[in-house]
Amino acid sequence: MSHGKAGPSFAPELVSALKTAGFNFFAGVPCSLLKGLVSTLDQDPDAHYVSATREDSAIGMAVGAHFGGKLPMVLLQNSGLGVSVNALASLSTMYAIPTLLVISWRGEGGNDAPEHILMGEIMTPILDLLKIPHRVLTSKEPMLPQITWAKETMLAKKYPVALIVPGGILE
Amino acid sequence: MNKLEAIEELMKRAAGDTLIVCCNGMIGRELFTAKNRPSNFYMIGSMGLGLSIGLGLALAQPNKKVVVLDGDGNVLMGMNVLASVASEAPKNLWHVVLDNQTHSSTGGQRTISGQVKLEQVALACGYRSAYRTTAPDTFGAALDRAFAEAGPSIVLGTVESGNLKGIARVEPSPPELAEIFAKEAQK
Repeated sequence: MSHGKAGPSFAPELVSALKTAGFNFFAGVPCSLLKGLVSTLDQDPDAHYVSATREDSAIGMAVGAHFGGKLPMVLLQNSGLGVSVNALASLSTMYAIPTLLVISWRGEGGNDAPEHILMGEIMTPILDLLKIPHRVLTSKEPMLPQITWAKETMLAKKYPVALIVPGGILE
Repeated sequence: MNKLEAIEELMKRAAGDTLIVCCNGMIGRELFTAKNRPSNFYMIGSMGLGLSIGLGLALAQPNKKVVVLDGDGNVLMGMNVLASVASEAPKNLWHVVLDNQTHSSTGGQRTISGQVKLEQVALACGYRSAYRTTAPDTFGAALDRAFAEAGPSIVLGTVESGNLKGIARVEPSPPELAEIFAKEAQK
Protein backbone atom coordinates (compact mmCIF):
# COMPACT_ATOMS: atom_id res chain seq x y z
CA MET A 1 0.00 0.00 0.00
CA SER A 2 1.45 3.31 -1.07
CA HIS A 3 -0.49 5.30 1.53
CA GLY A 4 1.49 6.41 4.57
CA LYS A 5 5.03 5.68 3.34
CA ALA A 6 7.73 7.16 5.53
CA GLY A 7 10.40 9.35 3.97
CA PRO A 8 11.29 12.93 3.32
CA SER A 9 8.45 15.11 2.08
CA PHE A 10 9.09 16.97 -1.12
CA ALA A 11 6.34 19.45 -0.25
CA PRO A 12 8.68 22.38 0.57
CA GLU A 13 10.53 21.85 -2.74
CA LEU A 14 7.23 21.65 -4.61
CA VAL A 15 5.85 24.84 -3.01
CA SER A 16 9.09 26.64 -3.77
CA ALA A 17 8.85 25.43 -7.41
CA LEU A 18 5.21 26.56 -7.62
CA LYS A 19 6.13 30.03 -6.42
CA THR A 20 9.15 30.23 -8.73
CA ALA A 21 6.88 29.28 -11.64
CA GLY A 22 4.49 32.09 -10.69
CA PHE A 23 1.59 30.21 -9.11
CA ASN A 24 -0.08 32.65 -6.73
CA PHE A 25 -3.56 31.35 -5.95
CA PHE A 26 -4.06 28.14 -4.00
CA ALA A 27 -7.26 26.40 -2.99
CA GLY A 28 -8.29 22.85 -2.30
CA VAL A 29 -9.59 20.08 -0.12
CA PRO A 30 -6.95 17.95 1.63
CA CYS A 31 -5.88 14.33 1.32
CA SER A 32 -3.55 12.45 3.67
CA LEU A 33 -1.22 11.91 0.69
CA LEU A 34 -1.03 15.72 0.36
CA LYS A 35 -0.79 16.64 4.02
CA GLY A 36 2.73 18.04 3.70
CA LEU A 37 1.69 20.17 0.77
CA VAL A 38 -1.39 21.52 2.55
CA SER A 39 0.50 22.39 5.75
CA THR A 40 3.37 24.00 3.81
CA LEU A 41 0.96 26.15 1.81
CA ASP A 42 -1.21 26.96 4.80
CA GLN A 43 1.77 28.15 6.87
CA ASP A 44 3.27 30.21 4.04
CA PRO A 45 2.35 33.88 4.54
CA ASP A 46 2.94 34.61 0.83
CA ALA A 47 0.75 31.77 -0.40
CA HIS A 48 -2.80 32.51 0.68
CA TYR A 49 -4.39 29.04 0.73
CA VAL A 50 -8.17 28.84 0.64
CA SER A 51 -9.40 25.82 2.57
CA ALA A 52 -12.41 24.94 0.41
CA THR A 53 -15.21 22.61 1.44
CA ARG A 54 -15.80 20.92 -1.93
CA GLU A 55 -13.37 20.34 -4.76
CA ASP A 56 -15.67 21.72 -7.46
CA SER A 57 -16.00 24.94 -5.45
CA ALA A 58 -12.20 25.19 -5.28
CA ILE A 59 -12.13 24.85 -9.07
CA GLY A 60 -14.70 27.66 -9.32
CA MET A 61 -12.49 29.85 -7.10
CA ALA A 62 -9.54 29.11 -9.39
CA VAL A 63 -11.58 30.31 -12.38
CA GLY A 64 -12.38 33.58 -10.59
CA ALA A 65 -8.75 33.98 -9.59
CA HIS A 66 -7.71 33.47 -13.22
CA PHE A 67 -10.10 36.24 -14.27
CA GLY A 68 -8.39 38.43 -11.67
CA GLY A 69 -4.97 37.74 -13.21
CA LYS A 70 -3.71 34.98 -10.91
CA LEU A 71 -2.10 31.68 -11.80
CA PRO A 72 -4.19 29.14 -9.88
CA MET A 73 -3.53 25.71 -8.40
CA VAL A 74 -6.15 23.41 -6.88
CA LEU A 75 -5.26 20.41 -4.75
CA LEU A 76 -7.61 17.49 -4.20
CA GLN A 77 -7.91 13.80 -3.50
CA ASN A 78 -8.92 11.74 -6.53
CA SER A 79 -12.33 11.19 -4.90
CA GLY A 80 -12.76 14.93 -5.44
CA LEU A 81 -12.12 14.48 -9.14
CA GLY A 82 -15.43 12.65 -9.20
CA VAL A 83 -17.09 15.58 -7.44
CA SER A 84 -15.51 17.96 -9.95
CA VAL A 85 -16.33 16.34 -13.30
CA ASN A 86 -19.02 18.90 -14.19
CA ALA A 87 -16.98 21.88 -12.99
CA LEU A 88 -14.19 20.72 -15.29
CA ALA A 89 -16.47 19.81 -18.21
CA SER A 90 -18.77 22.83 -18.24
CA LEU A 91 -16.57 25.52 -16.65
CA SER A 92 -12.76 25.16 -16.73
CA THR A 93 -12.41 23.37 -20.06
CA MET A 94 -15.37 25.09 -21.77
CA TYR A 95 -14.16 28.61 -20.92
CA ALA A 96 -10.52 27.68 -21.62
CA ILE A 97 -9.20 28.39 -18.12
CA PRO A 98 -5.62 27.28 -17.36
CA THR A 99 -5.62 25.58 -13.94
CA LEU A 100 -3.12 23.28 -12.28
CA LEU A 101 -4.80 20.33 -10.57
CA VAL A 102 -2.68 18.48 -8.02
CA ILE A 103 -4.53 15.21 -7.48
CA SER A 104 -3.55 12.51 -5.00
CA TRP A 105 -3.67 8.91 -6.17
CA ARG A 106 -5.54 6.94 -3.57
CA GLY A 107 -6.22 3.36 -4.64
CA GLU A 108 -3.10 3.11 -6.79
CA GLY A 109 -2.52 -0.48 -7.83
CA GLY A 110 -5.75 -1.62 -6.17
CA ASN A 111 -4.09 -1.61 -2.77
CA ASP A 112 -5.96 0.75 -0.46
CA ALA A 113 -9.15 1.12 1.58
CA PRO A 114 -12.26 -0.14 -0.27
CA GLU A 115 -13.68 3.31 -0.98
CA HIS A 116 -10.58 4.22 -2.99
CA ILE A 117 -10.18 1.14 -5.19
CA LEU A 118 -12.45 1.95 -8.14
CA MET A 119 -11.56 5.65 -8.30
CA GLY A 120 -7.87 4.70 -8.13
CA GLU A 121 -8.44 2.61 -11.25
CA ILE A 122 -10.60 5.05 -13.24
CA MET A 123 -8.89 8.35 -12.35
CA THR A 124 -6.57 8.55 -15.36
CA PRO A 125 -9.30 7.37 -17.79
CA ILE A 126 -11.54 10.17 -16.44
CA LEU A 127 -8.77 12.72 -17.06
CA ASP A 128 -8.28 11.29 -20.56
CA LEU A 129 -12.02 11.55 -21.28
CA LEU A 130 -11.91 15.19 -20.13
CA LYS A 131 -8.88 15.65 -22.45
CA ILE A 132 -6.87 16.95 -19.49
CA PRO A 133 -3.11 16.39 -19.91
CA HIS A 134 -1.60 14.64 -16.90
CA ARG A 135 1.65 13.32 -15.52
CA VAL A 136 2.57 11.42 -12.40
CA LEU A 137 4.73 13.48 -10.04
CA THR A 138 8.00 11.75 -9.20
CA SER A 139 10.55 12.39 -6.46
CA LYS A 140 13.27 10.98 -8.71
CA GLU A 141 13.37 14.27 -10.60
CA PRO A 142 13.51 17.85 -9.30
CA MET A 143 10.12 19.46 -8.75
CA LEU A 144 10.66 22.63 -10.79
CA PRO A 145 10.85 21.03 -14.27
CA GLN A 146 7.69 19.04 -13.51
CA ILE A 147 5.86 22.21 -12.44
CA THR A 148 7.24 24.07 -15.44
CA TRP A 149 5.87 21.38 -17.77
CA ALA A 150 2.44 21.75 -16.16
CA LYS A 151 2.49 25.54 -16.36
CA GLU A 152 3.66 25.69 -19.96
CA THR A 153 1.15 23.04 -21.03
CA MET A 154 -1.85 24.68 -19.33
CA LEU A 155 -0.98 28.14 -20.67
CA ALA A 156 -0.29 26.88 -24.21
CA LYS A 157 -3.48 24.80 -24.34
CA LYS A 158 -5.61 27.19 -22.21
CA TYR A 159 -6.85 24.16 -20.34
CA PRO A 160 -6.51 22.46 -16.96
CA VAL A 161 -3.51 20.17 -16.45
CA ALA A 162 -3.13 17.54 -13.74
CA LEU A 163 -0.15 16.36 -11.72
CA ILE A 164 -0.98 13.05 -10.06
CA VAL A 165 0.63 12.48 -6.69
CA PRO A 166 1.33 8.91 -5.52
CA GLY A 167 1.90 8.15 -1.83
CA GLY A 168 5.13 9.02 -0.09
CA ILE A 169 6.08 12.23 -1.90
CA LEU A 170 4.09 15.08 -0.38
CA GLU A 171 3.03 13.65 2.98
CA MET B 1 -41.30 42.51 -8.61
CA ASN B 2 -40.29 40.52 -11.64
CA LYS B 3 -36.70 39.49 -12.29
CA LEU B 4 -36.11 42.11 -14.97
CA GLU B 5 -37.20 44.88 -12.59
CA ALA B 6 -34.84 43.52 -9.97
CA ILE B 7 -31.98 43.33 -12.48
CA GLU B 8 -32.68 46.94 -13.54
CA GLU B 9 -32.50 48.08 -9.90
CA LEU B 10 -29.11 46.36 -9.60
CA MET B 11 -27.76 47.74 -12.88
CA LYS B 12 -28.79 51.32 -11.96
CA ARG B 13 -26.35 51.02 -9.07
CA ALA B 14 -23.55 49.06 -10.75
CA ALA B 15 -20.76 51.41 -11.77
CA GLY B 16 -19.00 50.60 -15.04
CA ASP B 17 -16.09 48.92 -13.30
CA THR B 18 -18.25 46.80 -10.96
CA LEU B 19 -17.59 43.19 -11.91
CA ILE B 20 -20.71 41.04 -12.05
CA VAL B 21 -20.51 37.25 -12.02
CA CYS B 22 -23.88 35.85 -13.05
CA CYS B 23 -25.19 32.37 -12.36
CA ASN B 24 -26.48 30.06 -15.06
CA GLY B 25 -30.14 29.65 -16.00
CA MET B 26 -32.65 32.30 -16.91
CA ILE B 27 -31.02 35.03 -14.78
CA GLY B 28 -27.94 35.13 -17.00
CA ARG B 29 -30.05 35.41 -20.12
CA GLU B 30 -32.14 38.14 -18.49
CA LEU B 31 -29.03 40.09 -17.50
CA PHE B 32 -27.65 39.68 -21.04
CA THR B 33 -30.95 41.04 -22.40
CA ALA B 34 -31.34 43.88 -19.86
CA LYS B 35 -27.77 45.17 -19.88
CA ASN B 36 -24.94 43.34 -21.56
CA ARG B 37 -21.54 44.84 -20.72
CA PRO B 38 -17.90 43.63 -20.75
CA SER B 39 -17.82 43.58 -16.93
CA ASN B 40 -20.50 40.87 -16.83
CA PHE B 41 -19.44 37.23 -16.68
CA TYR B 42 -22.11 34.79 -17.80
CA MET B 43 -21.63 31.34 -16.30
CA ILE B 44 -23.70 29.21 -18.65
CA GLY B 45 -22.98 25.78 -17.13
CA SER B 46 -21.60 24.55 -13.79
CA MET B 47 -24.68 25.34 -11.73
CA GLY B 48 -23.92 26.31 -8.15
CA LEU B 49 -20.42 27.65 -8.83
CA GLY B 50 -21.09 31.34 -9.52
CA LEU B 51 -20.39 32.34 -5.94
CA SER B 52 -17.10 30.44 -5.88
CA ILE B 53 -16.02 32.24 -9.07
CA GLY B 54 -16.94 35.56 -7.45
CA LEU B 55 -15.00 34.63 -4.31
CA GLY B 56 -11.85 33.75 -6.25
CA LEU B 57 -12.16 36.99 -8.20
CA ALA B 58 -12.77 39.13 -5.10
CA LEU B 59 -9.65 37.65 -3.46
CA ALA B 60 -7.57 38.15 -6.62
CA GLN B 61 -8.72 41.75 -7.14
CA PRO B 62 -9.31 43.18 -3.66
CA ASN B 63 -9.67 46.74 -4.95
CA LYS B 64 -12.50 45.91 -7.36
CA LYS B 65 -16.15 45.70 -6.44
CA VAL B 66 -17.44 42.18 -7.18
CA VAL B 67 -21.15 41.34 -7.32
CA VAL B 68 -22.43 37.79 -7.70
CA LEU B 69 -25.89 37.74 -9.23
CA ASP B 70 -27.38 34.45 -8.14
CA GLY B 71 -30.64 32.51 -8.05
CA ASP B 72 -32.20 30.38 -5.33
CA GLY B 73 -31.50 27.11 -7.18
CA ASN B 74 -27.84 28.03 -7.55
CA VAL B 75 -27.45 29.08 -3.91
CA LEU B 76 -29.06 25.86 -2.71
CA MET B 77 -26.82 23.75 -4.94
CA GLY B 78 -23.64 25.55 -3.91
CA MET B 79 -24.54 26.29 -0.32
CA ASN B 80 -21.09 25.21 0.85
CA VAL B 81 -19.63 28.34 -0.72
CA LEU B 82 -21.61 30.61 1.64
CA ALA B 83 -19.35 29.20 4.36
CA SER B 84 -16.21 29.83 2.29
CA VAL B 85 -17.28 33.41 1.59
CA ALA B 86 -17.92 34.02 5.28
CA SER B 87 -14.60 32.43 6.21
CA GLU B 88 -12.54 34.43 3.70
CA ALA B 89 -14.72 37.53 4.36
CA PRO B 90 -13.75 39.65 1.33
CA LYS B 91 -14.92 43.22 1.92
CA ASN B 92 -15.38 43.71 -1.83
CA LEU B 93 -17.96 40.96 -2.42
CA TRP B 94 -21.73 41.44 -2.55
CA HIS B 95 -24.11 38.54 -3.12
CA VAL B 96 -27.37 39.51 -4.82
CA VAL B 97 -29.92 36.69 -4.92
CA LEU B 98 -33.15 36.68 -6.93
CA ASP B 99 -35.40 34.14 -5.27
CA ASN B 100 -38.46 32.92 -7.19
CA GLN B 101 -38.62 29.54 -5.44
CA THR B 102 -38.41 27.78 -8.79
CA HIS B 103 -35.98 26.29 -11.28
CA SER B 104 -37.08 28.58 -14.11
CA SER B 105 -34.94 27.26 -16.95
CA THR B 106 -35.98 23.63 -16.50
CA GLY B 107 -39.72 24.20 -16.45
CA GLY B 108 -40.53 25.98 -13.20
CA GLN B 109 -40.18 23.08 -10.77
CA ARG B 110 -40.19 24.15 -7.13
CA THR B 111 -37.02 24.69 -5.15
CA ILE B 112 -36.98 24.54 -1.35
CA SER B 113 -36.17 28.21 -0.77
CA GLY B 114 -39.75 28.71 0.44
CA GLN B 115 -38.80 26.67 3.51
CA VAL B 116 -35.15 27.74 3.79
CA LYS B 117 -34.37 31.43 4.21
CA LEU B 118 -31.18 31.76 2.22
CA GLU B 119 -30.16 35.16 3.61
CA GLN B 120 -30.46 33.70 7.12
CA VAL B 121 -28.15 30.84 6.12
CA ALA B 122 -25.62 33.39 4.84
CA LEU B 123 -25.91 35.41 8.05
CA ALA B 124 -25.50 32.28 10.20
CA CYS B 125 -22.36 31.40 8.20
CA GLY B 126 -20.93 34.82 9.01
CA TYR B 127 -21.76 37.31 6.24
CA ARG B 128 -21.49 40.85 7.61
CA SER B 129 -25.06 41.77 6.65
CA ALA B 130 -28.20 40.30 5.09
CA TYR B 131 -31.34 41.83 3.58
CA ARG B 132 -34.62 40.32 2.33
CA THR B 133 -37.00 42.45 0.25
CA THR B 134 -39.97 41.96 -2.05
CA ALA B 135 -40.60 45.19 -4.00
CA PRO B 136 -38.40 47.15 -6.46
CA ASP B 137 -38.11 50.23 -4.20
CA THR B 138 -37.20 48.28 -1.05
CA PHE B 139 -34.86 46.04 -3.10
CA GLY B 140 -33.15 49.17 -4.45
CA ALA B 141 -32.89 50.66 -0.96
CA ALA B 142 -31.38 47.41 0.37
CA LEU B 143 -28.80 47.43 -2.46
CA ASP B 144 -27.92 51.04 -1.57
CA ARG B 145 -27.38 50.11 2.06
CA ALA B 146 -25.41 46.97 1.26
CA PHE B 147 -23.14 48.70 -1.28
CA ALA B 148 -22.40 51.43 1.29
CA GLU B 149 -21.12 48.79 3.72
CA ALA B 150 -18.21 46.36 3.59
CA GLY B 151 -19.01 42.90 2.28
CA PRO B 152 -19.60 40.09 2.32
CA SER B 153 -23.24 41.03 2.24
CA ILE B 154 -26.31 39.28 0.82
CA VAL B 155 -29.32 41.08 -0.64
CA LEU B 156 -32.15 38.69 -1.44
CA GLY B 157 -35.07 39.89 -3.49
CA THR B 158 -38.12 37.68 -3.77
CA VAL B 159 -39.31 37.79 -7.38
CA GLU B 160 -42.23 36.41 -9.36
CA SER B 161 -41.81 33.04 -11.00
CA GLY B 162 -42.48 32.46 -14.67
CA ASN B 163 -40.40 33.39 -17.67
CA LEU B 164 -40.46 36.78 -19.35
CA LYS B 165 -40.93 37.15 -23.10
CA GLY B 166 -38.18 38.27 -25.48
CA ILE B 167 -35.24 36.94 -23.45
CA ALA B 168 -32.17 36.34 -25.64
CA ARG B 169 -29.52 33.66 -25.35
CA VAL B 170 -25.98 34.67 -24.44
CA GLU B 171 -24.24 34.94 -27.80
CA PRO B 172 -20.43 34.97 -27.66
CA SER B 173 -18.65 31.62 -27.28
CA PRO B 174 -17.57 30.67 -23.76
CA PRO B 175 -13.83 31.32 -24.39
CA GLU B 176 -14.76 34.74 -25.82
CA LEU B 177 -16.92 35.51 -22.75
CA ALA B 178 -14.02 34.56 -20.49
CA GLU B 179 -11.53 36.73 -22.39
CA ILE B 180 -13.79 39.79 -22.47
CA PHE B 181 -14.43 39.55 -18.74
CA ALA B 182 -10.82 38.80 -17.70
CA LYS B 183 -9.65 41.90 -19.61
CA GLU B 184 -12.12 44.06 -17.65
CA ALA B 185 -11.30 42.38 -14.35
CA GLN B 186 -7.60 43.14 -14.75
CA LYS B 187 -7.97 46.79 -15.86
